[in-house]
Amino acid sequence: MLTNMSSKMQSSNNTAHARRTVQQLRIEASIERIKVSKASADLMHYCGEHAKYDPLLMGIPASENPFKDKKPCTIL
Amino acid sequence: MNSPPHFICTPFSLMACQGLASGETLKSLKAESETLRKKLEEERKKLHDVELEKVAEKAEALGELNMKTRRTLKGHGNKVLCMDWCKDKRRIVSSSQDGKVIVWDAFTTNKEHAVTMPTTWVMACAYAPSGCAIACGGLDNKCSVYPLSLDKDENLAAKKKSVAMHTNYLSGCTFTNSDMQILTSSGDGTSALWDVESGQLLQSFHGHSADVLTLDLAPSETGNTFVSGGSDKKANVWDLRSGQNVQSFDTHDSDINCVKYYPSGDAFASASDDSTCRLFDLRADREVSIYSKDSIMFGAASVDFSLSGRLLFAGYNDYTINVWDVLKGTRVAILFGHENRVSSLRVSPDGTAFCSGSWDNTLRVRQEGRGVVRELKQGGTTPYLKNIFLFN
Repeated sequence: MLTNMSSKMQSSNNTAHARRTVQQLRIEASIERIKVSKASADLMHYCGEHAKYDPLLMGIPASENPFKDKKPCTIL
Repeated sequence: MNSPPHFICTPFSLMACQGLASGETLKSLKAESETLRKKLEEERKKLHDVELEKVAEKAEALGELNMKTRRTLKGHGNKVLCMDWCKDKRRIVSSSQDGKVIVWDAFTTNKEHAVTMPTTWVMACAYAPSGCAIACGGLDNKCSVYPLSLDKDENLAAKKKSVAMHTNYLSGCTFTNSDMQILTSSGDGTSALWDVESGQLLQSFHGHSADVLTLDLAPSETGNTFVSGGSDKKANVWDLRSGQNVQSFDTHDSDINCVKYYPSGDAFASASDDSTCRLFDLRADREVSIYSKDSIMFGAASVDFSLSGRLLFAGYNDYTINVWDVLKGTRVAILFGHENRVSSLRVSPDGTAFCSGSWDNTLRVRQEGRGVVRELKQGGTTPYLKNIFLFN
């Protein structure tokens, strides 16, 4: 009796897991996708548009740079 | 594995808990799984008309990259595991293996606050958007929030608030768009969204089959999603409101240690123990670039993009930082200097600098080093310079 019940629970768990997997895959399969060519063009476009504002790419003038090396201050 | 996660019963899990629907057997469900997986593969393949690298041949070549260390933050007594920038672009919070969490003024290198957590291995820390609080956690399985006071003598630990409770270690945490909510990832295989004030669990996210090691929130303009990466080698994208796993990517060969969104929100990068970093485009629903070299044999621990998304900075277990051209897939610089693994790396909020934390107990703040803005040549070809190796 007990063995019957536990194997039923086991198979019900497996089935529950399988059903969740199927649900999940249905969702993933149904999303709309675009071509890699379009996706790539958009990534390139974003980079191109923002490159001139990218300080790690373009550099920062020393006068505007809060991290530029400062002379140590002496407190009198 | 891990203890069973707590979860709110969503409609999906309720359905799964019910008895067998008519005609369904374990066998038929498994067959349907297989069919769906094949369909996914086919759909993705159909749209794979070109490689990003090929399209990027038209992009300008990046010239010489010259990164200089501007500040070295010394003060941790043990491995730095995590760091985060404040929105003010000057303060940094970092956490360490010995339980210490430090708030630094990166301009002056002064330590502004220090707290000792009642746990070692503080693997996650984050700055609140207001700059008035920090969150952290690790082996204590919790995420706690400490309000930061202007009074430096005040005992931070006294005001500590426990927010998140997981059943295994905290691997990552981030505030959402306000100080009011925190998103956490855990070794218990789940991620979760919490209300800071009440400590209430607002949503939990189930789907990883092993430890969740990292998460990143989508830029606010792109809506309510986040991406997580795990020891199951998967990167999953989630809807914050519904708890639904909306996309999944499983091309890595080992644990994913870090995920970061591309600045437009249309893609994300990952760093993995398989020694590669990869770029996944969300609208094409596939991996579109892989950043790797035969000579790079150690795991990548952390990645972040520069402001324009053109550069990807990645910290590795071989103590180096590699800088990649995101579009062309090539490496444009190697940065040396840390004396142990680079565990954490973040670009500052205004993109002027990036900070790396390391198992050598220090943090380094680096910038483009020439001190002038270089010319951007429109169209045409810029001279392509060889990779520059910087001992810095």
